[in-house]
Amino acid sequence: MRAPGSELPIVLEDVRYGVPGVMILDGISLTLMSGAPTVLVGPNGSGKTTLIRLAMGLIEPESGRITWGGIPHTAPQRRAIVFQRPVMLRRSAAANIEYALARAGTARSEWGPRTGELLALVGLAGLGERAARRLSGGEQQRLALARALARDPEVLFLDEPTASLDPAATKAVEDVIRAVVARGIKVVLSTHDLGEARRLAGEIVLLHRGRVIECTPAEQFFAEPKTEAGRQFVAGELLL
Amino acid sequence: MQQLAAVPTLETRALSGDATALELVFSADPRLMSIVILSILVSCSAVALAALIGLPLGALIALTRFPGREGVIVLLNALMGLPPVVVGLAVYLLLSRSGPLGSWGILFTPKAMIIAQAILVTPIIAALARQTIEDLWTEYRDELAAMNVGPLGRIATLLWDARFSLVTTLLAGFGRAAAEVGAVIIVGGNIEGFTRTMTTAIALETSKGDLPLALGLGMVLIAIVVVVNALAWTARRAGERYAG
Repeated sequence: MRAPGSELPIVLEDVRYGVPGVMILDGISLTLMSGAPTVLVGPNGSGKTTLIRLAMGLIEPESGRITWGGIPHTAPQRRAIVFQRPVMLRRSAAANIEYALARAGTARSEWGPRTGELLALVGLAGLGERAARRLSGGEQQRLALARALARDPEVLFLDEPTASLDPAATKAVEDVIRAVVARGIKVVLSTHDLGEARRLAGEIVLLHRGRVIECTPAEQFFAEPKTEAGRQFVAGELLL
Repeated sequence: MQQLAAVPTLETRALSGDATALELVFSADPRLMSIVILSILVSCSAVALAALIGLPLGALIALTRFPGREGVIVLLNALMGLPPVVVGLAVYLLLSRSGPLGSWGILFTPKAMIIAQAILVTPIIAALARQTIEDLWTEYRDELAAMNVGPLGRIATLLWDARFSLVTTLLAGFGRAAAEVGAVIIVGGNIEGFTRTMTTAIALETSKGDLPLALGLGMVLIAIVVVVNALAWTARRAGERYAG
């Protein structure tokens, strides 16, 4: 059943996370509010994926504090995530969505209509009976989006959702993301693709070497970055 | 009183030397059929019982971390090689009149044979299922955590999604049960028409020198194993086409 309270804002206070010998995130303080998409940008290894996993609640910080709607340690009730390489359950496309609906506590009588609606939303109507693992990469990514949306999330995390997709598949996924945003769902997305960040972001969080370098409205970030790292990123220079 | 003519059975014909192994296979001798049916029932029941225990056990070990887990896995793998005669002896001692379960009164019945075979097959199913499910769990862990799936839901999901791979596990268990002779001969007693299975009959007829009957039963046994595997393989391929 649904948790009654909102899971937003998600507040990270001085969060640190590392593995032996490497500090991946070092003193991250960030607030994710409802509204336009927040896009995490930065080079590979900057900590984008780890930050998303922390904010989703899949891993615990070594130190610092994370709260969801003011509450720490809450299981993901109205949070959903699409991983960079989503894993399809060994079932049909429709059954993948039905599985998520069941886990979210949706009444069985609603599974059929909701599955049809979600498949249509992501442009996979007619492919419901196809084995999920036999879909193309782009189709699997859109099915993963539909499966995440089956949880009726308040916030949706997308970890480099278009990495390794061709332009047509990327456009299809971005169209779905815009439709999701239009439904009032908070989207937090990571990418190292400058163009994608420009197309989708309402707010930019620039990560570099495990730290937040800039957190600013997208328009301002692209017009007038405040830091040298931000300027390099916007200019398309290699940010090492 | 009219004397009923004696119907030559498979055994009498074999004993008289007028039946070849192939004739025995294709004849519908009721005694042969009863042996075949009992063998299939005992082995399938044992595999079903072992699956009920072994599949959740394998999944539980795959998904949990506890002190001594590695030792449990090594032990489970080692138990796959349990000597059937030792299992037969242990079950015999348990079920014999003076044994702790003697009051059940099932020694020298098919039930005792099912129990013995299930004990032999359970470690095979649990050990192979653990490996299969652990591999799938590595793949599914993040997705299931993100969907807030609880421990029982995880086990159910992994068992269901690994079902096509687990068919092979069950076939391994069935192969062990169907080929087993040491345990069932001890706890079943090889009683004609009651606890005589194909393997125990083969052992008996060979010792008696009745090679046509032993060979005929051997052919039937191999044919059953081949047919079961073929059916399972076909079902697996069809399922994979649908579910991926």
